Amino acid sequence: MSAHADTHAHDDDHVHHHKETFVTKYIFSQDHKMIAKQYLITGTIMGIIGVMMSLMMRMQIAWPEEPNALFEALLGKWAPGGVMDADIYLALVTIHGTIMVFFVLTAGLSGTFSNLLIPLQIGARDMASGFLNMVSYWLFFLSSVIMVLSFFVEAGPAAAGWTIYPPLSALPMAQGGSGAGMTLWLVSMAIFIASSLLGSLNYIVTVINLRTKGMSMTRLPLTIWAFFVTAIIGVISFPVLLSAALLLIMDRSFGTSFFLSDIFIQGEVLHYQGGSPVLFEHLFWFLGHPEVYIVLLPALGITSEIIATNSRKPIFGYRAMVASILAIAFLSTIVWGHHMFISGMNPFLGSVFTFTTLLIAIPSAVKAFNYITTLWKGNLQLNPAMLFSIGLVSTFITGGLTGIILGDSALDINVHDTYFVVAHFHLVMGISALYGMFAGIYHWFPKMFGRMLNKNLGYIHFWVTAICAYGVFFPMHFIGMAGLPRRYYTNSNFPLFDDTHDANVIISMFAIVGGIFQLVFIYNFAHSIFYGKKTVQNPWRSNTLEWTAPIKHLHGNWEGEIPHVHRWAYDYSKPGHDDDFVPQHIPLKEGEEELQH
Amino acid sequence: MTAFLTIIILLFIAVAIWQMVKIFDLAQVSSTTIPGVATDKDNTFNGYMMIGFLIFIYAITIASFWYLGDLPLMSNAASEHGPGLDNLMIISMVIIFIVQTITQFLLHYFAFKYKGEKGKKALFYADNNTLEAIWTIIPVIVLAGLIIYGLFTWSSIMNVDESDDPMIVELYAQQFNWKARYAGEDNVLGLSNVRLIDNDRANILGLDESDPNAQDDIITTELHLVVGRPVLFKMRSQDVLHSAYMPHFRAQMNCVPGMITQFGFTPTITTAEMRQNPDIIEKVANINKIRVENSEAIEERGQEVRYEFDYLLLCNKICGKSHYNMQMKIIVETQEEYDAWIKEQKTFKNSLIN
Repeated sequence: MSAHADTHAHDDDHVHHHKETFVTKYIFSQDHKMIAKQYLITGTIMGIIGVMMSLMMRMQIAWPEEPNALFEALLGKWAPGGVMDADIYLALVTIHGTIMVFFVLTAGLSGTFSNLLIPLQIGARDMASGFLNMVSYWLFFLSSVIMVLSFFVEAGPAAAGWTIYPPLSALPMAQGGSGAGMTLWLVSMAIFIASSLLGSLNYIVTVINLRTKGMSMTRLPLTIWAFFVTAIIGVISFPVLLSAALLLIMDRSFGTSFFLSDIFIQGEVLHYQGGSPVLFEHLFWFLGHPEVYIVLLPALGITSEIIATNSRKPIFGYRAMVASILAIAFLSTIVWGHHMFISGMNPFLGSVFTFTTLLIAIPSAVKAFNYITTLWKGNLQLNPAMLFSIGLVSTFITGGLTGIILGDSALDINVHDTYFVVAHFHLVMGISALYGMFAGIYHWFPKMFGRMLNKNLGYIHFWVTAICAYGVFFPMHFIGMAGLPRRYYTNSNFPLFDDTHDANVIISMFAIVGGIFQLVFIYNFAHSIFYGKKTVQNPWRSNTLEWTAPIKHLHGNWEGEIPHVHRWAYDYSKPGHDDDFVPQHIPLKEGEEELQH
Repeated sequence: MTAFLTIIILLFIAVAIWQMVKIFDLAQVSSTTIPGVATDKDNTFNGYMMIGFLIFIYAITIASFWYLGDLPLMSNAASEHGPGLDNLMIISMVIIFIVQTITQFLLHYFAFKYKGEKGKKALFYADNNTLEAIWTIIPVIVLAGLIIYGLFTWSSIMNVDESDDPMIVELYAQQFNWKARYAGEDNVLGLSNVRLIDNDRANILGLDESDPNAQDDIITTELHLVVGRPVLFKMRSQDVLHSAYMPHFRAQMNCVPGMITQFGFTPTITTAEMRQNPDIIEKVANINKIRVENSEAIEERGQEVRYEFDYLLLCNKICGKSHYNMQMKIIVETQEEYDAWIKEQKTFKNSLIN
């Protein structure tokens, strides 16, 4: 690997006399910082699409009978006269889930910040392979385009839920969306997985091999630990989803029976024999559950960094934080069955998965308590990034606690697939990860664009979002506990649930307000890229290496030598220093001891 | 239309706020601070907002309990295992709310109390093994208790005791309706496979016509159960995944094409008794009040305005276009009422068209 380091050292001189063209700089760039921006912008656009879909669903749930001009404008033939079609409602459910989980919170979050921060924070000139990194982004872009295009096929996009359980997803006669729409979904996801694997391999190799002198694993910022472990989980679990998708393609197009058996539909018996949909559920959730942590861990890593920096205090319990990331990663691969307690799987397996699932609460609790203790006796700089990080801890606790109910197989019987589940996972992974992403954007925007975001708009963005997020998802638990199933186009066929309707209207109002206020962020983001106030080199007075790099982006990150590392990333307010921060590249003073961790 | 107007109005509000921020920014000319970094004033403002937000969280909790907390589906369980399960639910909820209240308080209170001030220095405090051990061990103990309780409840629900002589009933799912098949006098379901479906002969569930056990089977579109008599459901689906969700009985199981799944319980309260339950009377009265207010829209749909309580079986696994309307009425009654009802139903043998 020393060979690698050498070539990078050489790169450095030849960057200066090598003129970049527009195409190599902005489009087919191999520079990790540009790729990070590409991921961020693509992810944000996908996020806007995903949020729009959720708002349409909420309007449909709250006002199911009223013709809505917005539906007609956005959905066209799927909402004749402004009345939404039942199939397209399920398509919105499906594509909203897919886009938010994979395209926004996996690629948009991990892709952006792993790319931006791994080389900068470990002290490397770039990723181990800039070329693979570029390919990874463009595959992601291609899969995004295919996913969006699936809305324009004749019979509509995939509509079997983001979990695409067969036989519903396998049989075009079962549902309009299971025709060409589902084919595009599968193709898009296969490409997405390829992109994700290339990215993850790159992150792993870079973290292992390209750390600067002195950057031992125990001196890594927690962001890097989180990205590193996330990449490992991705490499372990994404291929399993790829295999499930390929087998499903076989069943759909080549007549095999991996997941199908004994089916009679629309007056005819199909030839499938001997397969099992439960097998698909196993394969899907073997990715599907770790995916939750692929989404969440980077957000927690970002939060750890931001909370420490803005508390002007070391992160409390660094070792415990690393250990809990590792524990969560390990446990995340052996809990997938808790999505399948009532799938017809052997009840004994249900017991095993209950046990492993509830164990995850332990490292999660450690993380939450450590965040709170980090705040204690700090000197909190309540920047927008810090607000979003504190918000993350809040929703992570609220959403995580109800996991105790859902992870318990006995209790799951009654709340499975109700709005209780929707509330739980949106808070604990959706909102928390989104907050992590926002926190990251507010914190590293100056690093990415050399300018600052407007903080006042940031405060408005945070407070309205925080109130709306609770306004949407907190009452939703109670609707779920009243037994209301999710994924119903309208609840008007069940007088039993009429008394939950008012709550649904209130939830939708919060959702609409919250959704609209994201425009404040979009405006702030787009405007500040060009017109934001110029930043200084280290605006947050942070310890990590990325702030030692010049504001103007260089291919190779540092002019001259890469800084060496002499201490961990969390020497904030260390006694014996005048400043309340001591960056990692500052050598220990005479007689100063490095903290044992 | 209302929704659209609301959006327009909100849009205007957003624009107004943006303009105000602009003015605020222009007014705030300061050369000493780095633009975009929180000043002491920002810290104070956001610190107080943290306390406000904490109050908001508590308020929304109380409001949710006040307006949605009667949860008739979490009390008055109508099956034998139901109260045990509700008990576990209540214990879990109490634990959750204690932890939630305390941790949210600490988080937001610390964010307020330690809001930054220029010149203040934070405490350099990186580690404390005792503290960390405490908050590792406490969750371990609490979770161990919950896991053990949960697993006992789970296995007692899922392990069907065949020696109780449960009534065997098949739940049969298809896009988008439910059928029930009673095993008849022999209490044994006849063999079946969807390949044997012959709609011309009215063999709609694919029963094996040559199987003697199938002859007395009875297919119905309503589910009648006998109070106090254990019932064991055998579940099938002919096309896609469905889930048989019977919330009042705390029962749910997926119906999977190509395999038979099962779930058993003992109903304990008849439909007639449940309609007399004060909680249910109140809930029904409340629903009827809402329905009267919206009677026009309801009649337009062709539904009856007046609602009367009934147990329900709902589909709870996405199954296609009409998933939102896949239901079957469940009636729990005495043995005599049940006997009278079942006698009126046609057996499979007599329902075939030759």
